[in-house]
Amino acid sequence: MLVMRGIVKQFPGVRALDGVDLDVRAGEVHCLLGQNGAGKSTLIKVLAGAHRPDEGTIELNGVPAAPAGPVDAIRLGIATIYQELDLVDGLTVADNIFLGHEHARLGFTDRRAANRAAGEVLTRLGHPEIRPSTEVGRLPPAAKQIVSMARALSREARLIVMDEPSAALAHDEVANLFRIIRDLTARGVAVVYISHRMEEIREIGDRVTVLKDGRTIAVGLPARDTPTSEIVSLMTGRDVEYVFPPRAARPPGEEVLRVEDLSSPGAFAGVSFSVRAGEIVGLAGLVGSGRSEILEAVYGARRATGQVLVGGRPVRRAGLLRSVRRDGPLRALRRGGVVESVRLGMGLAPEERKAQALLLDQSVTANITLGGLSGFARLGWLDRARERAEATRLAEALDIRPRDPERPVKTLSGGNQQKAVLARWLLGGRRLLLLDEPTRGVDVGARAELYTVIRRLAEDGIGVLLVSSEVPEVLGLADRVLVLREGTVIHQGDARDLDEHRVLDMIMNGRAA
Amino acid sequence: MAEAGRTVAEAPATTAAPRSFELRHLGLFVALALLVGVGLLTRPAAFATADNLVSILSLAATIGVITVGATFVIIGGGIDLSVGAVMALASVWATTVATQEFGPVVMAICAILVGTGAGLVNGLLVAYGRLVPFIATLAMLVAARGLAQRMSDRRTQLVRTDNQAIVDLATTRVLGVPLLVYVFALVVVLGWILLNRTTFGRRTYAVGGNPEAARLAGIDVRRHTMLLYALSGLCCGIAAILIMARTTTGSSTHGDLYELDAIAAVIIGGTLLTGGRGTIVGSILGLLIFTIITNLFILNGLNTSDQLIAKGLIIVVAVLLQRRNLKERTP
Repeated sequence: MLVMRGIVKQFPGVRALDGVDLDVRAGEVHCLLGQNGAGKSTLIKVLAGAHRPDEGTIELNGVPAAPAGPVDAIRLGIATIYQELDLVDGLTVADNIFLGHEHARLGFTDRRAANRAAGEVLTRLGHPEIRPSTEVGRLPPAAKQIVSMARALSREARLIVMDEPSAALAHDEVANLFRIIRDLTARGVAVVYISHRMEEIREIGDRVTVLKDGRTIAVGLPARDTPTSEIVSLMTGRDVEYVFPPRAARPPGEEVLRVEDLSSPGAFAGVSFSVRAGEIVGLAGLVGSGRSEILEAVYGARRATGQVLVGGRPVRRAGLLRSVRRDGPLRALRRGGVVESVRLGMGLAPEERKAQALLLDQSVTANITLGGLSGFARLGWLDRARERAEATRLAEALDIRPRDPERPVKTLSGGNQQKAVLARWLLGGRRLLLLDEPTRGVDVGARAELYTVIRRLAEDGIGVLLVSSEVPEVLGLADRVLVLREGTVIHQGDARDLDEHRVLDMIMNGRAA
Repeated sequence: MAEAGRTVAEAPATTAAPRSFELRHLGLFVALALLVGVGLLTRPAAFATADNLVSILSLAATIGVITVGATFVIIGGGIDLSVGAVMALASVWATTVATQEFGPVVMAICAILVGTGAGLVNGLLVAYGRLVPFIATLAMLVAARGLAQRMSDRRTQLVRTDNQAIVDLATTRVLGVPLLVYVFALVVVLGWILLNRTTFGRRTYAVGGNPEAARLAGIDVRRHTMLLYALSGLCCGIAAILIMARTTTGSSTHGDLYELDAIAAVIIGGTLLTGGRGTIVGSILGLLIFTIITNLFILNGLNTSDQLIAKGLIIVVAVLLQRRNLKERTP
């Protein structure tokens, strides 16, 4: 039904898709597998018409069909259900389902007809209890997923792409999702299903296509019979030259961070670990496994229960410390504790560098000194000469290029921007650095440099907590690794005892192998 | 993204050096020069006199002080619609019989405290009450105006003769320039220093430019936001003293639509309404452009309605020109 051949999509500096083939039959569930960055998201965006491929052909039922835009894709019968649900919270269920193809006459919407039609679709999906006139913002995530699905159905889609549809669902809701999918395929609708959970792929999938480095590695494997080990080895062993600096020779020092029984509803539960001075601890897991959320909670930027101790002392969160349970030592760490965290010597390099860390219009200097401004000020008066001198020293120490601290930070490459964020936290004696995806959007050469910088920071006695989607990066850089799956730590141990294959196995099968 | 295995070229090395002060405000200076040229051509005798210059500056002083505060709030990513009303309230409060008993110094202090207090309420509502700035300060606009009417019974309150020291700000001249112009100049200089030379100013840009980054860098964004509105209120208090000096009255009708003039001046001066970028100098130049237009219309005996139309056009043209500028700078 759908045949894609040799799809190439080039972004500035990266070849996201480098010759992808995909072959989907009517009435089948076709699973798409691949590590983070393998090109899955780009591929479904091409299908949804959000990206136009640079090369390659797409055929739908034997007719050349390259969606020129989202509207065109819908016209062709391709519907996409994104991981981040794209529903309008302020509109009703019916409005959302028919958004863009409303029941209307001369521009006046026919609410009754829309509600009736929405009710029919929802009943078909086995959810007659979702009222078409409810505001979508009031629905729980699972119901939103159903609404999203109803939207795809209402457009008479012949091909539905689902990007990790089960991520937001509880167990029995997944069962219902599968029932709906089987119902769809029985009617001849094709489903492209993206998931990292092997057991789901085994249960619902018909065939599997594996992507690696923007290329199709295996096409049409039988989903039920192909051994997991075979699939995992197809996904791993990417042809990447990672150069990691050697690990520290001397043993790590005293404990700088201790996390006890940290929990945040819906994100992670019962997480305990510690980080010592001079040690790099890595968190491995999928997007949504709770990695970033743990960092945020440690930093005081997210509500959580449990204890966070820095340098052996419990962190008080800006006077909002409250006992949750009277009998236990549980404490509520509230948002707004960041100021206290920074005072205690923590620093965070967040995941979204541009959105969360940088003042893009401002100079490199201003960006570096943002976290420690008061160190250059007396009674609020900035000593700009000293500020510039210190920023220049750090820029040189981390080799930020070009060597012009007055240059707006947005003119720097990704790697150098990341160095500027790291430099920010080298001011004023940090004890603990939290790094979330430090090499995202950074090219290979700059990666190696960043690795060296991070390792050197650890050698200077800083504790580092590292989060990365790339398993080889965590294994190569960290001393100790925590493997996360669905919000719980399923393995904790020395990085040298693990390999990519084993970690992926744990992440996908949920086994502490 | 982050596709490994391939080398990526360094980001294109742009030659965008930080723009020098003169270059950044060049357009505004040109506009100002054009207006002066128009003045010299149409009313050569009346325009280029010292008296007229002083009257332009006196006219600009009151809104000018408010504009300085508004610049901070807008760079910090907010908006303050209540400035005119808060100034009116401060002027009324300072000219009540009870306050006037205590003499001019207490009157001035009263105006400043009332202004700062109202600003602080704005700040608390926006920063800790999580109200949208537009709504919080709109509510303050309405409420402050109402309170001012209530306190004054809608009557204009004269500054008593024994408190003449307040009015002296407008009448006493040093080197031919009234004292209130010096007050205006002082506020501009202090505002410039605060914005460009202190941690407070730097944090203002950070909070307005990327609040999330500021928060994660350990800046108390909420406290800072609150302080920005308090600062705007403080400026309204100072402006209230100046308006009392110029008009010798406190009145609930003072400062009507000042918020629009102040915001327009800030926008013409190149400050982004979305925050994170802008300058005090630009705002003051924007204000002077506005004031000179008013002056030219009066000198030429033209209709004040036409004057409003001209001002509206200038706002649009200024923003369009800046957007082109912005595009050139950001590839």
